[in-house]
Amino acid sequence: MQKLYDVVVIGAGVVGSAVARELSRYKLDIAVLEKNLDVCFETSSRNTGVCHGGFAYDPGSLKARLCVEGNKMMGQLSEELGFAFKRCGKVLVGNTDVEYNQLLRVMEQGKANGATGLRMIDEDELHRLVPAVVGKFALFSENSGILDPSMFTIALAENAAHNGAEYFFDNEVTDIRREADGIWIITTLQGQFGTRWVINAAGLGCGKISDMLGLTGYRIIGSKDDYIILDRRLGHLVPMPIYTVPSNTYMGIHVTITTDGNVLLGPTAEDTDDLSYYGVEQRNLDYLYEEAVKIWPHVSRGDYIRTYSGILPKWIDENGKIQDFKIEIIDDVAPCAVNLVGIESPGLTASVAIARYAISMMLEREEFTPNPSFDPIRKPIPRFEQLSPEEQAQLIRKDPNYGELICRCEKVTRAEILQAIRNPLGCATMASIKYRTRSMMGRCQGGYCQMRISRMLEEENGIPETELVYMRKGGHPFFGKVREANKCDLEVAK
Amino acid sequence: MIERRSVDALIVGGGPAGLAAAVGLWNNGIHDILIVEREKHLGGILRQCIHDGFGLTQFGMTLSGPEYARKYIDDVVRMGIPFITNTTVLSVSPSRIVTVASPDGMIRYEAKAVILTMGCRERTRGALAIPGERPTGVFTAGVAQAYINLYNRMPAREVIILGSGDIGMIMARRLTLEGAHVQAVFEVMPYPAGLPRNVEQCLNDYNIPLYLSHTATKIHGSDRLTGVTISEVDADMKPIPGTEKDYSCDTLILSVGLIPENELSLEAGVKLDPHTRGAYVDEHYMTNIDGIFAAGNVLHVHDLVDYVSLEAERLAAYAASYIKNGSLPPCPLPVECGEHVGHVLPQRISGTSDIQVSLRVREPLQNCRIVVMQDGLEVFSRRMRKAIPAEMIQLNIPASKLSSQGGLTVMAVCENE
Repeated sequence: MQKLYDVVVIGAGVVGSAVARELSRYKLDIAVLEKNLDVCFETSSRNTGVCHGGFAYDPGSLKARLCVEGNKMMGQLSEELGFAFKRCGKVLVGNTDVEYNQLLRVMEQGKANGATGLRMIDEDELHRLVPAVVGKFALFSENSGILDPSMFTIALAENAAHNGAEYFFDNEVTDIRREADGIWIITTLQGQFGTRWVINAAGLGCGKISDMLGLTGYRIIGSKDDYIILDRRLGHLVPMPIYTVPSNTYMGIHVTITTDGNVLLGPTAEDTDDLSYYGVEQRNLDYLYEEAVKIWPHVSRGDYIRTYSGILPKWIDENGKIQDFKIEIIDDVAPCAVNLVGIESPGLTASVAIARYAISMMLEREEFTPNPSFDPIRKPIPRFEQLSPEEQAQLIRKDPNYGELICRCEKVTRAEILQAIRNPLGCATMASIKYRTRSMMGRCQGGYCQMRISRMLEEENGIPETELVYMRKGGHPFFGKVREANKCDLEVAK
Repeated sequence: MIERRSVDALIVGGGPAGLAAAVGLWNNGIHDILIVEREKHLGGILRQCIHDGFGLTQFGMTLSGPEYARKYIDDVVRMGIPFITNTTVLSVSPSRIVTVASPDGMIRYEAKAVILTMGCRERTRGALAIPGERPTGVFTAGVAQAYINLYNRMPAREVIILGSGDIGMIMARRLTLEGAHVQAVFEVMPYPAGLPRNVEQCLNDYNIPLYLSHTATKIHGSDRLTGVTISEVDADMKPIPGTEKDYSCDTLILSVGLIPENELSLEAGVKLDPHTRGAYVDEHYMTNIDGIFAAGNVLHVHDLVDYVSLEAERLAAYAASYIKNGSLPPCPLPVECGEHVGHVLPQRISGTSDIQVSLRVREPLQNCRIVVMQDGLEVFSRRMRKAIPAEMIQLNIPASKLSSQGGLTVMAVCENE
């Protein structure tokens, strides 16, 4: 242990990254510890990517309040941090009288929560807004939207790093103890970190970390969501997320659209105690198809690109009832420890609001000096595909690497891949490049580009092929070379 | 400001179809040609197909993929046909404006004729929606082939192969030769998807078992693949509960179908046939967009590269005539699939010229006749002792057998029916 940090944030998901970024507004030495090899490898990238309006949560709850606050911030955050966000609205579609009344209740709840832009619309207006949907009426939420969840997290983290926060990947926390002088000693698989403040933003690991902090008794279960991703070809048929009428416990299946134009079917929402199993079940794939086709009849299996699964950490009471977000500092048990528990949906929408709420609790206990050099701006990697031909030509003149297309489906160039590899957080995996550029995310799923990208990552990082990792630690694509080049081969190659 | 140039024929893709089209155009007197290739070298997918078996029809000898490509590349170089590599076509417009990008910049070509020869891509795990986890170690056969043959990377040790497509079987042999252990190949259909010669030479010769009517129903492993669950399927290709068997392995290779790569074609307004997933073309290989032609695997997936070259050469003769005359004879007569026929090409004909019809049967047939009907009358037939979906069937029908009135239907008639 060499350095004493002011704050250690445990977890580099969207909440941990938001906390790190918001804390970097102050003159603090900040470290972020993450067990995975990059940010957003768990819940933060494995969700629907919807910016929620704030109507689905009990009035007076933190979920309601921080979701409404987070929703209002999203436009400015997107401009500052350079991630995709569209306030496209959202519809909750129904057919029966019972559903109509349920939607009215949801609307009233939303209004009580401070959500604005909510109204019931009839079939005509519904079909003007979303021609491809099946339904008799809908609750329309004009302030709901969609965002790129992984790029949002990456942007927060890169901006935090740009403002001085240090990221330590592959650092799973195994022990936390508090010294007599009030210093927290955090042990990870790689070493030890000393800090005055510790923040539990561990997402799926929030229960474990909470226990380590001495704040015991939180029961966390997972809610596992399976999804199907469809070809971008269909994107124009989903101008905004389409939801069914929610029950008290399940938001229902949605047909949504990503900021890149892919249609998503999901989620399934099944309780699980296994917080690291991301397998997708056949019965869920069948269910998603059957349910989605009822509200949006354009689903065809020929348009499937990929399936995935995400897990939300839910804090439940002894009766199994899902609880609100818990954001707490318990001074007599764990002073200078901010405990964030059960940050599930709408945690993505609320992330920066959660961070500011947590920091306000810290500021009640300690004065932080503002960081005069804080820069809120994070410039995105210019996306070749999204530019006009004239802009593309200009970019190639500036950097010829923009003229070499590496990923054909999403039109990602060598220049973008190189910028992704050279990002401020470092790049240890192929998935890190995928999330930053969309290469390997298109309809051929890396069939054309992954060979080139794996070679670029080996070369840039100066690692042998056997050390290359796809995403998870131990996920090595290669066992070695087919054969070592001998002198004769090298001469032939010349 | 994007530089504009004009060209008689712009060929999208320098694989076997594009190369043969270029040589064919040159031989037909069209010399203002440009081949645009996105890779650093010409040759397309042949570059990674280092096994032999290419060229028996075209050259009367068996060649490796690179050797086969080299024959055409040598012609291109000798004739001085212009080509640019490391250059990607970004878009093709219905008015045949082709925008390309390379590290040297962007250029817009106004072409009298555009020849689409982009080939095909592989179906992926995601397209099949195989349930289970998403570990590293699931590769399409072509990706594994590229890693081994072009990138000197060994992606596999203990292997299961799903799908008996030709590349899958060829990779079963290739992986075995490179020291990996291929446990088995599983095919969902009740018959092999690839050519009989590959079943013999790539599987039987190496004692690799092929299980028909089986599919993968779950993938295991959180970082690297640890195993695959395989199930038997019923007549509707649905997994039969209770037949699951777990195979421990580190790699799953997929050879589950090829899809013509038509994203550029769609942007140009080209209409696709849902059976082939390639363009609707007339007997001149022209699509519904005037002056835009297609041949090779972008039009329909072939089993032999020789047929790709031959098809592109036929296209070249027609495209040359189009470039010289500004038009081709109208092709108003539709060609449709009948009983037992999965797809047929071309989809429109003139009825006044000799035509070549390509088709595949839907299922293996014995002692059948492939019959071409026009307006209810049989105009052509060929007797076949055996017809299988893996083998494309080609019929050359002389104009004398055809009438300029009435569409064609192509069907298979079995003796026992």
